[in-house]
Amino acid sequence: MLARLGLEPGEEEFYSEQLSSILEHIDRLQQLDTETIAPTAQVVEVSNPLREDVPRPGLTQEDALANAPAAVNGMFRVPSIQEET
Amino acid sequence: MPDGWDVVIGMEVHVQPRTRTKMFCGCAVAPLNAAPNSYVCEICLGLPGTLPVINKAAVEACLKSALALSCEIPRHTKFDRKNYMYPDLPKGYQISQYDLPMSVNGHLELNGRKIRIRRVHLEEDTGKLVHAGDKLHKAWESFVDLNRAGVPLMEIVTEPDLRSADEARDYAMELRTLLRMIGVSEADMEKGQLRAEANVSVNREGSSELGVKTELKNINSFRALHRAILYEVDRQTKLIESGGAVEQETRGWSEAEQRTFSQRSKEFAEDYRYFPEPDLPPLEIDPDWVEDLRRTLPELPGARRTRLTSQHGLSAAQVAVIGGDRDLADLYEGAVAQGAPTQPTANWIVNEVAPTGKLLAPQHLAELMQMMGRDAISRDQAREVMPIQRPWPTTEAGRSRRCRH
Repeated sequence: MLARLGLEPGEEEFYSEQLSSILEHIDRLQQLDTETIAPTAQVVEVSNPLREDVPRPGLTQEDALANAPAAVNGMFRVPSIQEET
Repeated sequence: MPDGWDVVIGMEVHVQPRTRTKMFCGCAVAPLNAAPNSYVCEICLGLPGTLPVINKAAVEACLKSALALSCEIPRHTKFDRKNYMYPDLPKGYQISQYDLPMSVNGHLELNGRKIRIRRVHLEEDTGKLVHAGDKLHKAWESFVDLNRAGVPLMEIVTEPDLRSADEARDYAMELRTLLRMIGVSEADMEKGQLRAEANVSVNREGSSELGVKTELKNINSFRALHRAILYEVDRQTKLIESGGAVEQETRGWSEAEQRTFSQRSKEFAEDYRYFPEPDLPPLEIDPDWVEDLRRTLPELPGARRTRLTSQHGLSAAQVAVIGGDRDLADLYEGAVAQGAPTQPTANWIVNEVAPTGKLLAPQHLAELMQMMGRDAISRDQAREVMPIQRPWPTTEAGRSRRCRH
């Protein structure tokens, strides 16, 4: 996704600085000693937020396809996908 | 199965539980032949900034299925991301369960043998791709319909306990019977509500060394499952006998050509980089909740068949039909309770009710059978007057099927 962001001329430096500082921060996190800490997938202390099985309106087909680069007959069109080898 | 060879089969079956909405969003589950991309929302389209919320009915269907399969239900369970880039899931990952599934270590009794169930877990279905161009080799472009993306699926995985194509087919059919009987799914294979995959390997008879397995996909009927396994066993044994080696791979079943074909080569080595789904807090399964669900389960097919055999003295063939369907079994036992004779009633249900789909009330069947017993009416006359109470199937799943379509 990031790779697809379009940058205006002149913005390159601004964003390269931002990106560098993010990477530096990650480097810093890597230095922490986590040997004794159990893997943590969740820090939010909520469990079981379940939803009742009741339908609610979604998007129309037109809205669903509105931002698609290409659509044909109500379907998203994507480059050829081949499973066969 | 071929002389001198042992066949080892494990099954993965995906079943769509009967819910009104998708797994993680409030989109209604699309009816068959709905216009493409008309049952979608920001969540199942994977638009940025959206968050999934778990469907309680899907969790309950999974737990009930797990209970009916005698599984253990751990107190803690969670969802994980299975990452892969393919346009059938726009998020770039499928929400599934990896190391803490909803349930583990169950079994399904099949012809007196226990087939071990490794796990039953929940995940979401993917969208549908349509390829344009030469069907098999030269798709020029692909089209995506995301109506199915995010629809709940239960994945039921066996240990490699099945020993023949017959047994694999019987297992899938018994699983369907069970899931229908407990009302969690219609489990109709033709509608894609039950999808079976078989992991098949062969080894020399008596050898403790397991052969290399292939995974069979694209199977859309019990007959296709049976034929695909027979074909694959034959292919593998001939390959080994002629000095070759079986390659571990995914193979599709071609109904048109009645053969399996290689679908995915090793270059696409499966590395899904599973990690815990950060957008969903873990699930805590309260044992009281599980017990409540257990109480809602009807008598399971195995127990019911045993009773039909031992108490009513029905034959294996009669039990196979009557014991395999909740409506028919209820009709039979209801009629017998009201004085209908056991054998003639069982035969009538097998020959006149099951094939015609004309279900009648137990008391009407009891009266009819008694009148026939007294020779008050002939068989033809009984057929003529058989009052149809309601069309069959009339299970909840069957009813909702008619409502939806």
